[in-house]
Amino acid sequence: MTDTSNLDTLEAEVRSQIEGATDEAGLDAVRVSALGKKGSVSLMMRELGKMSPEERQVMGPALNGLKTRLNDAIEARKSDLEAAALNAALASETVDVTLPVRPAPTGSLHPITQVMEELAVIFADMGFAVAEGPDVETDFHNFTALNFPEGHPARDTQDTFFMKPDAEGMRKVLRTHTSPVQIRTMLEGNTPIRIIAPGRVYRCDWDQTHTPMFHQVEGLVIDKETHMGHLKGTLMDFIAAFFETDQVEAQFRPHHFPFTEPSAEMDVRYERVGDAVKVGSGDKWMEILGCGMVHPNVIRNCGLDPDEYQGFAFGMGVDRLAMLKYGAPDLRDFFNSDVRWMAHYGFSPLLQANLATGLS
Amino acid sequence: MKFPLSWLKYHLETEATLDEIAEAMTMAGLEIEEIDNPLEKFAAFTVCHVTHAEKHPDADKLKVCTVETVDGTKQIVCGAPNARTGMYAIYAPLGTYIPGLDFALDKKPRKIRGVESHGMMCSAKELELGEDHDGIIDLPEPFEVGTPAVVALGQADPVLDFEVTPNRPDWLGVRGIARDLAATGIGTLKPHVIEDIPGSFPCPVEIKLEATDTCPVYAGRVIRGVKNGESPDWLKKALKAIGLRPINFLADITNMISYDRCRPLHVYDLAKLDGPIRARLGKGEADRFEALDNKEYVPTEEMCVIADDARCLGFGGVIGGTWSGVSAETTDVFIESAWFDPLKTRATAKATGIDSDAKYRFERGVDPASPKAGIEQATELVLKFCGGEASETLVVGETPAPPADIEFPVSEVKRLTGLDLPRAEIVRILETLGFAPSGEGDVLTVGVPSWRMDCSQKADLVEEVARIHGFDKLDAVSLPRPPVRREAPATVMQLRARHARRALAGRGYSEAVTWSFCQSGQAKLFGGHGDGLELENPISSELDVMRPTALIHLLTALQANADKGQDDPRLFEVGPIYLDDTPKGQRLVATGVRRVEAGRHWAGTRQPDIFDAKADALAALAAAGAPVDSLQVAAEARDWWHPGRSGVLRLGPKNVMAEFGEIHPAVLKALDIDGRVLAFEIVLDAIPQPKKASGLKARTQLDRADLTPVRRDFAFLVDKSVTADTLVRAAKGADKQMISGVSVFDVYDGKGVPDGQVSLAIEVTLQPRDKTLTEKEIEAVGQSIIAKVEKATGASLRS
Repeated sequence: MTDTSNLDTLEAEVRSQIEGATDEAGLDAVRVSALGKKGSVSLMMRELGKMSPEERQVMGPALNGLKTRLNDAIEARKSDLEAAALNAALASETVDVTLPVRPAPTGSLHPITQVMEELAVIFADMGFAVAEGPDVETDFHNFTALNFPEGHPARDTQDTFFMKPDAEGMRKVLRTHTSPVQIRTMLEGNTPIRIIAPGRVYRCDWDQTHTPMFHQVEGLVIDKETHMGHLKGTLMDFIAAFFETDQVEAQFRPHHFPFTEPSAEMDVRYERVGDAVKVGSGDKWMEILGCGMVHPNVIRNCGLDPDEYQGFAFGMGVDRLAMLKYGAPDLRDFFNSDVRWMAHYGFSPLLQANLATGLS
Repeated sequence: MKFPLSWLKYHLETEATLDEIAEAMTMAGLEIEEIDNPLEKFAAFTVCHVTHAEKHPDADKLKVCTVETVDGTKQIVCGAPNARTGMYAIYAPLGTYIPGLDFALDKKPRKIRGVESHGMMCSAKELELGEDHDGIIDLPEPFEVGTPAVVALGQADPVLDFEVTPNRPDWLGVRGIARDLAATGIGTLKPHVIEDIPGSFPCPVEIKLEATDTCPVYAGRVIRGVKNGESPDWLKKALKAIGLRPINFLADITNMISYDRCRPLHVYDLAKLDGPIRARLGKGEADRFEALDNKEYVPTEEMCVIADDARCLGFGGVIGGTWSGVSAETTDVFIESAWFDPLKTRATAKATGIDSDAKYRFERGVDPASPKAGIEQATELVLKFCGGEASETLVVGETPAPPADIEFPVSEVKRLTGLDLPRAEIVRILETLGFAPSGEGDVLTVGVPSWRMDCSQKADLVEEVARIHGFDKLDAVSLPRPPVRREAPATVMQLRARHARRALAGRGYSEAVTWSFCQSGQAKLFGGHGDGLELENPISSELDVMRPTALIHLLTALQANADKGQDDPRLFEVGPIYLDDTPKGQRLVATGVRRVEAGRHWAGTRQPDIFDAKADALAALAAAGAPVDSLQVAAEARDWWHPGRSGVLRLGPKNVMAEFGEIHPAVLKALDIDGRVLAFEIVLDAIPQPKKASGLKARTQLDRADLTPVRRDFAFLVDKSVTADTLVRAAKGADKQMISGVSVFDVYDGKGVPDGQVSLAIEVTLQPRDKTLTEKEIEAVGQSIIAKVEKATGASLRS
């Protein structure tokens, strides 16, 4: 019985059964019927023991080869069936991928706080620390120490909000500028000083271009050598950094403030394009800040000697800067809390103004 | 302050153009606000010559004119009765805007009764250059065709308007402006010395100064036999140009001198005076008088009045009375040229609410040396135009001392400005401004002119020198970087605000900036405003106190957004609230609001609840650096929160860091807000100060267990009054070493749970450290947890 032809027949038969199996159970039945203990191939292998060595030498390898090939065919079929089953299952899980996602509201940061952070970054790079002071101020810090004499007409220019007087007749004010922070900082006496002081300020005025509350950033440098050329240089550097261009042309012109001497205002060149203001071109000048050398009386009021200490101060409107840089035309919208305006003019919380990756 | 260019040129010899003068003013600190230049404004209107005028074939009142114009020969149909052959008139081409009619001519010729008209000839009223509209302008003499209309009409004088800073009252006189401009090098100041005019008889009016604090010096003089009347055209024109209405000559010259030299004067009708003139303090009701503004005033003891024996005649330096005012019939006058103290003048004006040109000048500081010159200048004009006979000038009292000399090292200019100017240039600038520098060395002794009361020290002179030399010539020097490494400049509070803002924006909230003040009635809903925080002069009754919370404006803004149809708006603000009027009473809060609104979505939505507000509050607190794991939660929010759906986050009983939950429905109703609102308010100041870093930023070593944690579930039946927090803390306390986490995964009070109780199910995570836990050890911890929880809460394990 060394004829292997009947093995070929068997193989063809089992292969056809493997191909015919449509699921794993059917396939397993085929495996048992051929390769199981009592399977057709197993039974034939049992016969090997009864064969002559010569016969065995032929039939042994033939049967083993058959067994291996059938096993491989069953594994291959199994893998095909699994893939088909998975595909069928996945087909039933199909969804409409165009359906909208669950809503996740996007928040935003206000342009005023964005610009304040930009200012902090620019001035930090120039060595300025940040100082703060209260909104409800004493007359001393807001006026007297800043060389606004009692009853002087310069006080009229400030449209001051007053609190009702207390039992002793003292009335506090809402600070009309961030300059009282100069006083608070100088009174601490830690020279040299380089600070900016951002914050809310208040004036009794409400129209298209004025709101009763707005924001300023104060700057103060006190040391023994800073002069007005440094003031001009600092502000020019600031303007270039803030507007992120060297094209912004600035003009420095004399003015008067009680707390600086000499005093100046700075204008930037601009033009109107429709509703918006475009900085850097045109033939008009827009005032953006007031500044000057700190008045000797102010230095004296803070216990320092103006012959020894000198320096400059400046104050600028944050809201105005935000309007100029980001093109928001109406100041009143800044305080209206309209979510559509906020979404349009606001900033992503992922944005962190810095000099390495840009201000905005 | 406004002034016509011709007035400036009366004082300033200059070849400069209008633009150059304007630029020089701005760069010297006299900031131009507006220039009204008729040559520009009326550029379209030019002189034309009517070579022929004949009746319109189809209209009796119209004429058809042939007109030589700047644009060539034109046919113009004209309805003016005075249109005639040979006249010189004013031509407006097609398309021109006619100010007096407030419309523009058509750009194409229009047919009037069948005859084309190529432009228009204008009346004075149509140009707003006069009142006359009986006919078109008929120039009295020939002008070259094309001459600008305003030149032909003598109205080409530009008017400049600039900002007078409060330190420079001398700029309230045109001569003061001219002096500064001369210093800039744009021209020279003409001398115009005021000569003394001798009187022919002693001044018959006695002057008594009884309030020398307010009125230390007073000059007066009588002029008899004047003939008052209308002012000459040049004076009327000059006054109109600066916006004043001409009255009569005597009144007009006082106004003119006020604007020419910043020297206010007052003229009394001598016939109305009774006895000596006194400058004294007010006497209350007895001094009641009617002022030239036709209102009655009662001068108090703090106010300086001018009075005679019979009555109060006016407030010194502020306003005169009607009784002694001059009229066209006045023949004998008494002229007053006094000096009034700025602060006292201002106090009187503030108390009475009077605004006048005199007050505006005296409160800023009129030249104390000017009373006599003012009288002489007025006398010259009165005698020239009204005739009469002047008395001697009487000057009573003491002229206030001029500003003291300033010792001025010229090096101060460089020290404060960086400008390296030669000594001679510094001296030149000071001298042209009227200062008197003297001395040979590097330290000048600088005499200060009497009109420059603003200059008292070195820095004031530095400003004068730098301003006139030009700020455009300052070298822009970048600030040298500080030499040492610095700490990050942001303060702890700024970092908290910055991080809380980003956390909230990241959670879908939009940042708002709202008013620091609010309405007192609305503040009451939130515990009322703090002591000393009511505004005396609020901008509106809606904003009359400092806000005790940021919730009010955010809540109303939320409703406003909803009213505009915005879905699920979420707003936050990081800003101040005010508990009292001290610096410490100001707190920085992070406040957020959103509506209880489920929204609609195909995949289903969940209605937000208090735990969303709590999560937002915790997220912001964590971002701001608060120790959120140590925070206690308690249902102790204040009255404006929903009593059952709100809580506080605190560190210990006193330090409440945040409130969160639903806003009380009654509060929402009072604020006109629909629906329900979730909110939180975090006090960023309440977060403990971070420990000062030792300098290095290295972190402690990571303690990471290698063994797999084990999880066990427990369900307890517990009284509803027991908070989940109490139960969780009790479970955690059972074995602080081993228990690494406890979470609530089910809360159930339905079927099977006795009334008044709730089933709370927790998952406890045990973290083995050195060896795997045995069942026995796990069982022991479980028993300990059950015992602890039962003891702390009275709960029983649910079986």
